Amino acid sequence: MLALDTQKEIAQLLSRYPIKRNALLPILHVVQKGNEGYLTPELLEEVAGICEVSQTHVEGVISFYTMYKLEKPGKFHLQVCTCVPCCLVGGEELLEHVEQQLDTHAGHTADDGVFSVEEVECLGACSYAPAVIINEDYHEQMNPEKLDRLMDELRTQGQAHA
Amino acid sequence: MLEETLILFRNIRNPDYDKSLKGYKKAGGLKALKQALEMQPDEIVQLTKDSGLRGRGGAGFPTGLKWSFMAKDTGKPTYLVCNADESEPGTCKDRELMLHDPHQFLEGMMISCLAIGCRHGYIYVRGEYWPSIKSLNAALQELYDDGILGKKLLGKGPKLDLTVHPGAGAYICGEETALLDSIEGKRGHPRVKPPFPAVSGFNACPTTVNNVETLTCLPFIVNEGAEAFKAFGPENNAGPHLISLSGHVNKPGVYEVRLDANLKDIIYDFGGGIPNGKQLKGVIPGGASSSVLTADEIDVTYSFDALAQAGTMMGSAAIMVFDEDTDVVKLLHRIVRFFSHESCGQCTPCREGTHWARMIIRDFLNGNGNEHKLKRLHRVGGNMMGTTVCALGDACGMPIQSFTTKFADEFRDVQALAA
Ligand SMILES: Cc1cc2nc3c(=O)[nH]c(=O)nc-3n(C[C@H](O)[C@H](O)[C@H](O)COP(=O)(O)O)c2cc1C
Ligand code: SF4
Ligand code: FES
Repeated sequence: MLALDTQKEIAQLLSRYPIKRNALLPILHVVQKGNEGYLTPELLEEVAGICEVSQTHVEGVISFYTMYKLEKPGKFHLQVCTCVPCCLVGGEELLEHVEQQLDTHAGHTADDGVFSVEEVECLGACSYAPAVIINEDYHEQMNPEKLDRLMDELRTQGQAHA
Repeated sequence: MLEETLILFRNIRNPDYDKSLKGYKKAGGLKALKQALEMQPDEIVQLTKDSGLRGRGGAGFPTGLKWSFMAKDTGKPTYLVCNADESEPGTCKDRELMLHDPHQFLEGMMISCLAIGCRHGYIYVRGEYWPSIKSLNAALQELYDDGILGKKLLGKGPKLDLTVHPGAGAYICGEETALLDSIEGKRGHPRVKPPFPAVSGFNACPTTVNNVETLTCLPFIVNEGAEAFKAFGPENNAGPHLISLSGHVNKPGVYEVRLDANLKDIIYDFGGGIPNGKQLKGVIPGGASSSVLTADEIDVTYSFDALAQAGTMMGSAAIMVFDEDTDVVKLLHRIVRFFSHESCGQCTPCREGTHWARMIIRDFLNGNGNEHKLKRLHRVGGNMMGTTVCALGDACGMPIQSFTTKFADEFRDVQALAA
């Protein structure tokens, strides 16, 4: 069962579209957010029911877009951009640095479950490259030192909450 | 010394600007909307035609003309969908407008809805742009609370609703018909045209898709008139526009310029030149899909037409600068990797071509290139141009063909070095 808050948000979303299927993408975002950042087969089934589409349709949609996750991400999910402008000013080196620091590879969650890392295409922040998104926030003109400091802070936060 | 034009960025460049509805009104906002409400829809369309406004999303199509194609009297609702997908590598201008002056953009969108008789407009924002989505939603809430949006626009006009719709990470959804599939709740696959969206768009209803910056030009055009807008550029290239400057420049950033600025001045005056005293090697002038320019080709007017004449394009006005130390083979590999990742897979020349091109470039990087492969790479690039459902094929073909022509020697050098 979806949490009451999530249900309310979904009802709100549905009211903004002519047909229920139109609200599929925003609904998936809301449901994913309400479930620690990932979707499960049960949730997909529920969303399919709400949007009046087949579960196969929902699965097809999930696999097309990069932002829907079927595995639980870290408490802090890092998207490191290595697209053209970021690459020109150190995006790849930044990704390598993060992978080393966390002893993991892009596409994985580090052992402690605090961080997960993903290599992504352009984030639309190219004039402020290299760019990294952590959960929903942009961090720009990054370099290894700045990112280390930020991650230290987050790690402390993450452990305090755990 | 090139100076910034301040039309779209008038408020943004004011350090004391308060971006709330109150602040926007204080800065003279919503005057244009009030005026537009007194006009007939056709008059707004005509004014926009007269202003010479061309789309800022990439194709430069005349906006007023596009609006005039909307199918009439179909008995179906009409839609305006704003393209805020902003995912062409190098481009980050629309987000400035959405983050720092959302009301100016929304006023433009409301005026445009009046022009095409839209009663519920959607803003398709790329999913990663949560900060922009929050900024827009907060601004929309203010408009509803103030009775500007809703049952009666400004308390006396037609019903108008606006909804922000988040995407979910897919470059191809920036292509307008893929965007429509996506907002309908499907995978984002570009559609075969015709029918064009103006006849059959969102949920098969007449629809116009316009870019954020395009719509943001409307308040100025309504307030100051078509001639005033035209004055910001040469014939057929009206108005100021936003450029996203990135890569090897001292001052990367988003700047507003007239459409008759020189590309070289943009790089050296706004960008402050190349860092560390290095020499310029080349410039990708209009997003990753535009043909590259070498250092001695940058003395060109930065307008739609002048760039087209120079064999490239303005595209989304994303200028990516690279210095003498840049490995162009690696750079092209990075560009092609992007397109191969983002191909939706519907058309063989694009799905296979982007992959093969990437494999051939990788051969060069691994020391397995040769003259034969260079020719083949060039040919593969050509084969995906004009043979696909959407322009992504061309978008990948252009950099391939221009890099292999203009920097052919560097491909040979990589080879010599590896041998
Ligand atoms: C592969 C591809 C990607 C595109 N991405 C975008 C984009 O991110 N933003 C955008 O506004 N237009 C993009 N476009 C252009 C749109 O298809 C469309 O022309 C534009 O949104 C129309 O708005 P305009 O007339 O105001 O420019 C893209 C086109 C193609 C072929
Ligand atoms: S050109 Fe590429 S992205 Fe466009 S429809 Fe064909 S396969 Fe899809
Ligand atoms: S290339 Fe990294 S944000 Fe655009």
